[in-house]
Amino acid sequence: MPRRTDIDSVLVIGSGPIVIGQACEFDYSGTQACRVLRAEGLRVILVNSNPATIMTDPDIADATYVEPITPEFVEKVIALERPDALLATLGGQTALNTAVALHERGVLERFGVELIGASIDAIERGENRESFKKIVEEVGGETARSEICHSMDDCFAAVEKLGYPVVVRPSFTMGGAGSGMAFDEEDLRRIAGAGLDASPTTEVLLEESILGWKEYELEVMRDGADNVVIVCSIENVDPMGVHTGDSVTVAPALTLTDREYQVMRDQAIAIIRAVGVDTGGCNIQFAVDPDDGRLIVIEMNPRVSRSSALASKATGFPIAKIAAKVALGYTLDEIPNDITGETPASFEPTLDYVVVKAPRFAFEKFPAADSTLTTHMKSVGEAMAIGRNFTEALQKALRSLEKSDGALDFASEPGDAKELTERVSRPYDGRLRDVVDALRAGATVDDLYAATRIDPWFLDQLLLLTEVADDVRKAPQLTPDVLREAKRHGFSDVQLAALRGTSAEVVRGVRHALGIRPVFKTVDTCAAEFAAKTPYHYSSYDEETEVSAREREAVIILGSGPNRIGQGIEFDYSCVHAAMALHEAGYETVMVNCNPETVSTDYDTSDRLYFEPLTLEDVLEVVHAERQAGPVAGVIVQLGGQTPLGLAAALAEAGVPIVGTSPTAIDLAEDRGSFGRVLGEAGLPAPKHGTASSFEQAREIAHTIGYPVLVRPSYVLGGRGMEIVYDDATLADYIGRATEASPEHPVLVDRFLDDAVEIDVDALFDGDELYLGGVMEHIEEAGIHSGDSACALPPITLGRDELTRIKASTEAIARGVGVRGLLNVQYALAGDVLYVLEANPRASRTVPFVSKATGVPLAKAAARVMLGATIGQLRAEGLLPAAGDAVDLPADAPVAVKEAVMPFNRFRTPDGRTVDTLLGPEMRSTGEVMGIDEQFGTAFAKSQSAAFGALPTSGTVFVSLANRDKRHMIFPVKRLADLGFTILATAGTAEVLRRNGVTAEVVRKRWVGHEPDGTPTIIGRILAGDVDLIINTPSGTTTGGSPRADGYEIRRAAIQGNIPCITTTQGLAAAVQGIESLRAESVGVRSLQSWADR
Amino acid sequence: MTTNAPALLVLEDGRTFRGRSYGAPGETFGEAVFSTGMTGYQETLTDPSYHRQVVVQTAPHIGNTGVNDDDPESGRIWVAGYVVRDPARRASSWRSRRSLDDELAAQGVVGISGIDTRALTRHLRERGAMRVGISTVETDADALRQRVLDSPEMLGADLAAEVSTKEPYVVPADGERRFTVVALDLGIKSMTPRRMAERGIEVHVLPATAGIDDVLSREPDGLFLSNGPGDPATADGPMHVVRAALERDLPFFGICFGNQVFARALGFGTYKLGYGHRGINQPVQDRGTGKVEVTAHNHGFAVDAPLDGPTETPYGAAEVSHVCLNDDVVEGLALRDQRGDLKAFSVQYHPEAAAGPHDAAYLFDRFTDVMSAAPSAAKEV
Repeated sequence: MPRRTDIDSVLVIGSGPIVIGQACEFDYSGTQACRVLRAEGLRVILVNSNPATIMTDPDIADATYVEPITPEFVEKVIALERPDALLATLGGQTALNTAVALHERGVLERFGVELIGASIDAIERGENRESFKKIVEEVGGETARSEICHSMDDCFAAVEKLGYPVVVRPSFTMGGAGSGMAFDEEDLRRIAGAGLDASPTTEVLLEESILGWKEYELEVMRDGADNVVIVCSIENVDPMGVHTGDSVTVAPALTLTDREYQVMRDQAIAIIRAVGVDTGGCNIQFAVDPDDGRLIVIEMNPRVSRSSALASKATGFPIAKIAAKVALGYTLDEIPNDITGETPASFEPTLDYVVVKAPRFAFEKFPAADSTLTTHMKSVGEAMAIGRNFTEALQKALRSLEKSDGALDFASEPGDAKELTERVSRPYDGRLRDVVDALRAGATVDDLYAATRIDPWFLDQLLLLTEVADDVRKAPQLTPDVLREAKRHGFSDVQLAALRGTSAEVVRGVRHALGIRPVFKTVDTCAAEFAAKTPYHYSSYDEETEVSAREREAVIILGSGPNRIGQGIEFDYSCVHAAMALHEAGYETVMVNCNPETVSTDYDTSDRLYFEPLTLEDVLEVVHAERQAGPVAGVIVQLGGQTPLGLAAALAEAGVPIVGTSPTAIDLAEDRGSFGRVLGEAGLPAPKHGTASSFEQAREIAHTIGYPVLVRPSYVLGGRGMEIVYDDATLADYIGRATEASPEHPVLVDRFLDDAVEIDVDALFDGDELYLGGVMEHIEEAGIHSGDSACALPPITLGRDELTRIKASTEAIARGVGVRGLLNVQYALAGDVLYVLEANPRASRTVPFVSKATGVPLAKAAARVMLGATIGQLRAEGLLPAAGDAVDLPADAPVAVKEAVMPFNRFRTPDGRTVDTLLGPEMRSTGEVMGIDEQFGTAFAKSQSAAFGALPTSGTVFVSLANRDKRHMIFPVKRLADLGFTILATAGTAEVLRRNGVTAEVVRKRWVGHEPDGTPTIIGRILAGDVDLIINTPSGTTTGGSPRADGYEIRRAAIQGNIPCITTTQGLAAAVQGIESLRAESVGVRSLQSWADR
Repeated sequence: MTTNAPALLVLEDGRTFRGRSYGAPGETFGEAVFSTGMTGYQETLTDPSYHRQVVVQTAPHIGNTGVNDDDPESGRIWVAGYVVRDPARRASSWRSRRSLDDELAAQGVVGISGIDTRALTRHLRERGAMRVGISTVETDADALRQRVLDSPEMLGADLAAEVSTKEPYVVPADGERRFTVVALDLGIKSMTPRRMAERGIEVHVLPATAGIDDVLSREPDGLFLSNGPGDPATADGPMHVVRAALERDLPFFGICFGNQVFARALGFGTYKLGYGHRGINQPVQDRGTGKVEVTAHNHGFAVDAPLDGPTETPYGAAEVSHVCLNDDVVEGLALRDQRGDLKAFSVQYHPEAAAGPHDAAYLFDRFTDVMSAAPSAAKEV
């Protein structure tokens, strides 16, 4: 069937900000879909609030709306654009839920928009647990015994029948939010209570425990002619009980016979048909009882998912791209397989390698959170690795995580077998490492199977690793045989060095002298049955390499590895742009990355893709292979964040040319002393500071420069380990903890500039001219990590003089450091002094935001500058504006506001309480949104709608302030009262307000239980939904050591009640402006293309 | 860690791989072919069509689920040699009875592990299937290659008799018997009569050497020809049986080798493919409905028949009913009577699907439909 001719325009909904459970995989899928739709000549209209995505690049869609993904805003887009169709299966649960809401409001019908891909009925059938269960039974499958509950009473009745433990699963939430395992009544009350709240339909499912069963997932693809193929099977190494997103997973499934696999396949196909997903991809999860093979269908997603991205990268079958094509009416046999070029997409990929995915957690950012892995996803990112066997792929995946305790350890003392075996019965981040330790300490595979229920085949592979490690340790010398065997099982030079008591450099030297290097194989969808046209490679210690020779000069771009807090999609964005710009400029672009969620690891993005860990060893081998293949201009390290930057010096030392800012210059910017001299020479002030290697030194510095001080370990990303301390006691406490965070580096102590305006600058420098890309004014005061702070561009309170000063200072720094490419500088404006806080000679997190807000592709320009182009040249080419930069933005330029999105709702303390939500100098946000409009208030209101939910325009505000904030709060709170809001306040705050003419109802500062007269406390009122906005600023220390800082209970209730909670004075001022805008005008929507044309 | 003895693999063009012994020690020769299925090694090993072939598994991990007593497709392992990359050290499955390594050794199957199976596969893809030798006793590659060149080729090999049952046997229908079918065993897999039995067919399995009189003596409603090894150009006996059956309008269904014999009976030729189709992910299109089925394949030879329209034969109009979408190879034939009704058909792939997807199981239903409609059928329903 050729494509439908009755559709001319399609609305695509993205997935919004990166949150746990919904990350950049939907940028990958959405971008693919938009490209396909446009290539088919359709007008593509896109809504996505996330500016850090490739899909919101103005050339991916015809009309790009960076607007909140809420039914209200999407309706405005539909009213304006009148699309023929809506494709909602590629933007995660967010897009799917929005489509359902639009249908329920009658919007789709009113505007005649056809939902393509999956119909509303199919979505309901797939996602509603009761109807799904019925479907599974109708096709002859089995589901876990379960009961649907709409209240706690239902839950108690259900558990009578099912018995403990029971699994609690709320309906219509993403990433398993709100689900968990209840072992007793107390657990049930807690988990099911929260689950009922989290479910938009107040519905949870209680289900028999299949804890410890084998877990599988099939990725299914169907076309309009009812052709169905299985794209990939995925097996979880961590058995049932751990969310798939938090499990180590492997593709293909490795421990099933064909008989069991085919039963699973038959059921998956019958289910997709019965659910009625007309076209497109979906995934279906299964559990298998390891004792008798009983097969249970767990759930399905009638849409493209995180696993689809993984499966696409694992097989070379681009699920989202194909899903978009079949949605337009093509059948699978009409769609070519890009990789072979000659066979069709109506086949099932077969793998001659093993893929392992490992989750990346960020518990270090939430020390109070319980690290036990459950059915509620907690990981913030993932790494994937490909090897020619499981051991090689597993070890590569684990070292791709880039955590000091990521890779398996075979060298240190393992500890006690019994104790370790007991410990690993609980799933947690790093469990596999302890399983290996247990094996090394003498535990058997059977012991560990009993403790973990990890399949004995996987455990035996871990045992095999310990045996290889023993051989390495005991070998009289590193012979070629010993080395080859170890390499064949994925041991890194670092691991081998630890086993041999030498350095990784020595091992590498020996290895290279013996000619032992990896070969590079190809992901080809067909196990070599047909020749591959796409150079999508992975390394393996095998015999024959498949890298082909080339003539054009290559540029190798190092990606940013697994998403983590502080290093995410923003860096991938820059890498992808570099690949585009350099390909355009005639280079052969070579991408190295290990994050399966990203656009950068799409085989279409660069001329060559190496799916490899970003460690020195792995990168050097790629460089070697590419140098064998043809000329290499150099390696780009400054776009992928700290990961590649951290490799720069060692790569340069190994003789690899680094393009752009030199490693020496990078060092210069990161080293306090030398950077201080650059500032000194340029006459730029920095906050007083010192460097301490002991508490005594730190205290002395703090006393000299005065509290409060900002303390942090040197060389950090995302403000890791950074805190503001106000006195000696907290300083002592901090030093105790921080030395663990970074043992080899001392602690930096800076004067903390209270009440300063923080400014972020992204600029481009070619050695001669500076292009000021964007100046962002933070909404929160200095002290809140820039990644967590909302900011506005153009800066809302800075005048031209200040901008000119900022440009001059930035240029002086760029020149002094020796930047070639991007530079990010953070300033604090206190009084009238512009302090330099820090400078990073690399792409920053804000590059995509700046690019979207100003319409200038900064990262593309940066890539060109790194390879020798001048800013003048790029202006002439049209890549940069012909004249001017952020200093002289046109007067009618729109205001863009970036807001950070926090993951607090994903974490609980071990006793089940929400972790605290206060912002501080340590970055904890997972993603960001952008609001863009004529003026700040509206743009800010949009950013809040996109990030958390709409600001209220009327209702009740609860105010509780720290003493030092009261003065700043009077005006905005008074304004809210004038606008008709009812004000509730704690006694002290109410008193201050009363003296300023604001009447406030006094509520007692008592958080739990009831008031003496039986009325609910403020917490009760928040949870009951009687409060529409909460303003709570903390007194005392900000974050870190004391999670029970004042107001914790209030903020916790705000999260539970999903009520906007403002914790800074500046945030309140902005919110008031936003509320005024919302009340004053009807907020419109406008595409980036339309803003640019203005 | 313990490691097995060294082993050597040499192809007839001289390409050499050195690895470790897997299964039995010794020396073996055969035609090197690769199979791309990620599951189903037990079914593959016991498929008689692999007789005299050395199978290279492209999936790196083999043996993970051990060996059970339910999955074999015949009474023994047929492959002449086995090439894998990473054999399992420990089997894990509730159905497993013993390890694959032990099973191979017990049945005397010589194998090699730890070589770059992808490099070998690519070599076969580019140069075509060719003879190979594996040895754990020879260390000199040139000496082994000489013996490879002395070993028989697959082209022109008549092997059906070597794998066929010596004695006829009957597989009873599940439940009520609706039809009787004679299946000529040219290398039949045990799942095939099972799939028929599930549909109420009593299957009389006869040796490959059976003649038309043997067939008719069973008073069948239909004739079935199975898969099997070797060059279809040598299978004159079975071809004559098929022709005799077609003359009598006896409903016919053939699989794989049976498809090739059917083609020859209709007057079409067969030829050897470069490297064959062996895997369980092959897209085949039913040209009548346009539907695509994902199918299990194991064939090194193919049918040469025109794709652009029906061909008149003495038995009616024959047409290509199925093609492989990867390379347009003929994957099925249909023969229609003067009214246009289907009277005989065959497919090159494996609807019995062991191992493999069950997409094509409908073909067994089609066979019962043809038998139901046949005027001569002794219908009992």
